[in-house]
Amino acid sequence: MEEGTFRDRIAVNRRNSLLLISGFLGFVIVFGYVIGYAWLGDPTRALFGLVLAFVVGTVSGLVAYYGGDRMVLAASRAIEITHDDAPVLFNVVEEMAIAGGLPMPKVYVIEDSAPNAFATGRDPDHASVAVTSGLLQKLNRDELQGVIAHEMSHVGNYDIRYAMLVGILVGTTVLISDFFLRGLWWGGGRGRQREGGGQIQLIMILVAVVFAVLAPLFARLLQLSISRQREYLADATAVQLTRNPRGLADALQKISGDQEVLEVANRATAHLYIVNPIKKFEKRAKGLFSTHPPIEERIQILRSLETGGIPETVG
Amino acid sequence: MGTVLLILLVVIIAVLVVYAVVTYNGLVRQRNEVEEAYRQIDVQLKRRYDLIPNLLEGVKKYFRQEQEVLGEITRARSQAMQPQSPKEQAQSEARLSGAIGNLFAVAENYPELRSDRVLLDFQEELSSTENKISFARQHYNDSVSSYNTHIQSFPAVIFARVLGFAEKEYFEAVGPERESVTVSYD
Repeated sequence: MEEGTFRDRIAVNRRNSLLLISGFLGFVIVFGYVIGYAWLGDPTRALFGLVLAFVVGTVSGLVAYYGGDRMVLAASRAIEITHDDAPVLFNVVEEMAIAGGLPMPKVYVIEDSAPNAFATGRDPDHASVAVTSGLLQKLNRDELQGVIAHEMSHVGNYDIRYAMLVGILVGTTVLISDFFLRGLWWGGGRGRQREGGGQIQLIMILVAVVFAVLAPLFARLLQLSISRQREYLADATAVQLTRNPRGLADALQKISGDQEVLEVANRATAHLYIVNPIKKFEKRAKGLFSTHPPIEERIQILRSLETGGIPETVG
Repeated sequence: MGTVLLILLVVIIAVLVVYAVVTYNGLVRQRNEVEEAYRQIDVQLKRRYDLIPNLLEGVKKYFRQEQEVLGEITRARSQAMQPQSPKEQAQSEARLSGAIGNLFAVAENYPELRSDRVLLDFQEELSSTENKISFARQHYNDSVSSYNTHIQSFPAVIFARVLGFAEKEYFEAVGPERESVTVSYD
């Protein structure tokens, strides 16, 4: 394993995770203050909104960090398995954990015929790998090993932490904004009827609306921007673990060629998967708006490793 | 003028000290990783010793005609478990892997067993055990490789040896190259 790049990757992911939580907290606090102002009509009483928002933001940040993996797994209807439930899968995960020098993650299966997989968790000691039952049926052992190696690479370089936080916090931002916009629609009149404040209050409402509309868009862009480079890197590290580029290449081909749709994947979790589960989206939007690099390109790179021989670190 | 120079000197020394500390800690971390990777090989080898009797017990009845092959696995296992020099150890591990490979080879002679659940599970467990050992060795060699590269590169090369960071040896396969065991699950 190329020590330098790998360490850099971990550092980048830790830093981005911290920035993301700070950014989220900042957004919630400012939003809380603006709403507080708009609602209660003066700057001092608006501090109540700020404090409330700070508490809500901190709690959801902590929940996302410590419980995000369980939320993602529950939302994907993943069920934890032991060795005897799926011996081949469990063994392959164990083998790849050993190859990467990582602790054994928890293993989950999603009952769905569409083949796909993801990993999540806050660090390698608290990591989970989930695969669909369709993946187990459709891939042979070498291909499964390639997919699991790819997921263990995400685990090892802390991609899982950042991706998990993005998933949860993007979802929360959308939720908060949505909540506010609906609240404004149904009961927003109450504050405006108060005396005083007047114009500033109205401006604040406008600012809050702009926030509520822009924040989810921005959050979504953030989600879209993260995963392209990571997928190439995880593919490369996976090959270093398995020493077998063909397994992963064949797996990607099978997964991308499959016509089934993964029911449990949604916009908050799509970026976690090894191959984008939202197929229509991938076709519709290439380039900037894709969470995953074109699958053909990934397969092509792996195929070139296959024919050119693997650059082994040890002879 | 004198103070400026002094400050400059202090800054340079401070930077060098910080750099040295960071490099030193990095070397310690990598050395620990190498040692941990080495222990992991032992863990996997021990796991294989523990697994073999159980696994063989489960499939004995399928291989009544192959007492010699089964006996060789048992003997190779007991030999490998004896305390011995690292070189002998490596040889007896290779013998054990060879004996297990032989069992897979003779299993091919029984096409009727190919769909037997118990036997497929047995093959999966045994080949996975072999995989785990070789992946543990691969990880050890990977760790050694990046550790050695680090202590051979500038600037670590200046003080690594003085501080007792010696290059580690790679694990090398002993005896005939083990045939890779392939099990089909289609």
